Amino acid sequence: MRLPAVLSADRLRAGMKGGRLLTPLAFLAITAAIVLMPAERSGWNLDSTVNFLTFFATFVAIFAVFSLGLNVQWGYTGIFNFGVMAFFLVGANVAAIITKDPAETEYVQYVGGFGDKLDFIPFLDSGQWLPFVFGVAGAALFSGVLAFLLSIPALRLREDYLAIVTIGIAELLRRVTIEERSLVNGTRGLTGIPRPLGGWVDADEYKFVIFAIAAAVLILTYIAVERGIRSPWGRVLRALREDELTTAASGKNVFAFKSQGFVMGAMIMGVGGAIYAYANAAISPTTFTHFFGTFIFWAMLMVGGSGNNRGAILGAYVIWGLWVITLQLQGYDLPAAVSGRIFFIRDFVLGALIVVVLLLRPQGLVPEERRVSIWVERHTKRLRHTAQLPAKRPAFPSE
Amino acid sequence: MSVRAGRLTDTIAAARDRFRGLGDSLVLVGLWLLFLVFGAWAILTRTDAFAVGVVTGSVLALGAIGLTLIYGILKFAHFAHGDSMMLAAYIAFFALTGTVVGERTDTQPLPWSLSDLPGATDRIPWPDQLGGGDFSFGYGLLLAALAAALVMALIFIGLDRLVYRPLRRRGSGIVIFAIASLGIAIAMRSLILIFWGPQPRFYAPGIRPTTDLPFDVRIVTDQIFIFFAAILLAGLVYVLLFRTKLGKAMRAMADNPALAEVSGINTEQVIRWTWLIGGALVAVAGVMLALQAQLKPELGFILLLPLFAATILGGIGSPQGAFVGAMIVGITQEVFAVVGPDIGISSGYKFSVAFVILTLILLLRPRGLFGAKT
Repeated sequence: MRLPAVLSADRLRAGMKGGRLLTPLAFLAITAAIVLMPAERSGWNLDSTVNFLTFFATFVAIFAVFSLGLNVQWGYTGIFNFGVMAFFLVGANVAAIITKDPAETEYVQYVGGFGDKLDFIPFLDSGQWLPFVFGVAGAALFSGVLAFLLSIPALRLREDYLAIVTIGIAELLRRVTIEERSLVNGTRGLTGIPRPLGGWVDADEYKFVIFAIAAAVLILTYIAVERGIRSPWGRVLRALREDELTTAASGKNVFAFKSQGFVMGAMIMGVGGAIYAYANAAISPTTFTHFFGTFIFWAMLMVGGSGNNRGAILGAYVIWGLWVITLQLQGYDLPAAVSGRIFFIRDFVLGALIVVVLLLRPQGLVPEERRVSIWVERHTKRLRHTAQLPAKRPAFPSE
Repeated sequence: MSVRAGRLTDTIAAARDRFRGLGDSLVLVGLWLLFLVFGAWAILTRTDAFAVGVVTGSVLALGAIGLTLIYGILKFAHFAHGDSMMLAAYIAFFALTGTVVGERTDTQPLPWSLSDLPGATDRIPWPDQLGGGDFSFGYGLLLAALAAALVMALIFIGLDRLVYRPLRRRGSGIVIFAIASLGIAIAMRSLILIFWGPQPRFYAPGIRPTTDLPFDVRIVTDQIFIFFAAILLAGLVYVLLFRTKLGKAMRAMADNPALAEVSGINTEQVIRWTWLIGGALVAVAGVMLALQAQLKPELGFILLLPLFAATILGGIGSPQGAFVGAMIVGITQEVFAVVGPDIGISSGYKFSVAFVILTLILLLRPRGLFGAKT
């Protein structure tokens, strides 16, 4: 059984050890590499560097959405989802088939294709944005329903059963997309996914538009999650994470709250999948692997700091930064033994990194903050203003 | 009046309890009937697929027994189990052939490997009087498997020392262990890719001879070896658990770690032994898997779900349950691959069968066929 007092002391000690410099150092190192490497490789060309950085930032924003979704499930509710890929896959595919035009040739088969029908508002140029609103909403809806169905067999049981079940459903869904060729075009995948607001700007400038969209979605998600977590509802979720029995004894329906947390996280992941499909304009079953579709998001959350939304976003930045740096490294003159294996080495480093983080800095780069509710926070802020309270309370990072 | 009402609610509660117990045993009987009827049907109508299923089940059983021991004693889902199997298979491959990927092609960095032993790669003959082809491997592979078992046991004990024990000391939740094991799984798979590359490999080149069994079953001779190796090792584990003092300590720890510790059992030592046995089993299972299929880096993760399905179906912590569960999963999987296309389901869903079984058992009887009441 858990021993909270012992745990907290231990967590605090672990928190002291890492040093506060690590977070800014990690951020600076990644940023320097991300800016300098493409700049140097392009011969200090501003345009191509900006191009590269916009692209990078777009995907950081998209992956940060996933990381936030996982944070709702794991960081706040303590639900153990090892099948992020399932929701990624559902979100991306549903968004794509809702917005695409109907399939025409026999080589391209998929269900849906409502893009032309959703352009039903005769003004405001609705074809440029309305189908995408439906696409994102559909992605969230389908992911949420999937999560709810999964929660029925798995959430009532031991926490690790859900991990196994989610791995299973992710694998099953990937199989379904491959085997049922008429569903989402089998192994060939979907290409030419329409781009939101794509008709309004030049193809050259479009990268800024999709970055703005991804960033807007990230900001909205961040605000929604922060709001939710500081509400009474979020407090129940965090209580569940710490101690299910006590929460049940306080009269809370454990299963209902857990399944709400799970569904909310899954819907956020579905939205992330939708934006990924629009940003990438093509998806195929090779995108949705357990490594790229699940593990990388866990790495982002654990490195960034589970239980802290800003940590989740920073984690997405750091991990995707490492990913892109290895891509850049390929352009340099490396020993043949390394350059041929650089992706495998990267995967090894990510796998080992998560273990090292768990051992040496379980709270991640940005530890969880002690947080009760917005009302208490406002009150303490006011008290601090009048110097009745010490500046900051120690953080209690969760595991 | 109130007394009578109280009596009534008591009666209802008692009836409900009894009914629940009855329902529970009905589910158990129903599941057993389902599996037995399915097995009997498969034996009679799809004998070939059934035989292959028993072999697949044997490989799964070796993995699942190790998994269920770790799950039962250390109480966490060891997600690195499938990838450990594959890593061990590659270690055996390295011990046998000394091959790794070099700059362009394969190289042999070591001056010597097991295949340099005289006659180590000569195929072991199958007794002539039984009729049928020889095994595809020589005694070198058996030595390589032994070496892999040793190395894997050491790797597991080392990982416990470096990763799991510090987490245990800190009092981390079971989920933290599982995440750590997922990281280790990824690292192991990447190590395989770094050293041996993504291309599939085989222990022995050339075709694999077959043997005819009774009832018109033709089977690769190696598969007979796999089956008997699994039976032998499962038997050894059974003896170890139920006939030795160490086994008693292990079972006590699986039952109640705190009680085991106050009874004077050295829990850390039991944990070390668990990793050692688990590592050796993982290595043999990996070699058998590679012998049955091939050496392929991603095979380990694909196998993870069938392994967990077998473990949970049998009941976590129960090695005999894991054996039976593995057989059920293996046979269902292989029979499905043959029957599925007839009823319009692609055989590509072969590995999803394990997921269906897993969901079914979690819905109906989460503690499994042999699991103790919790």
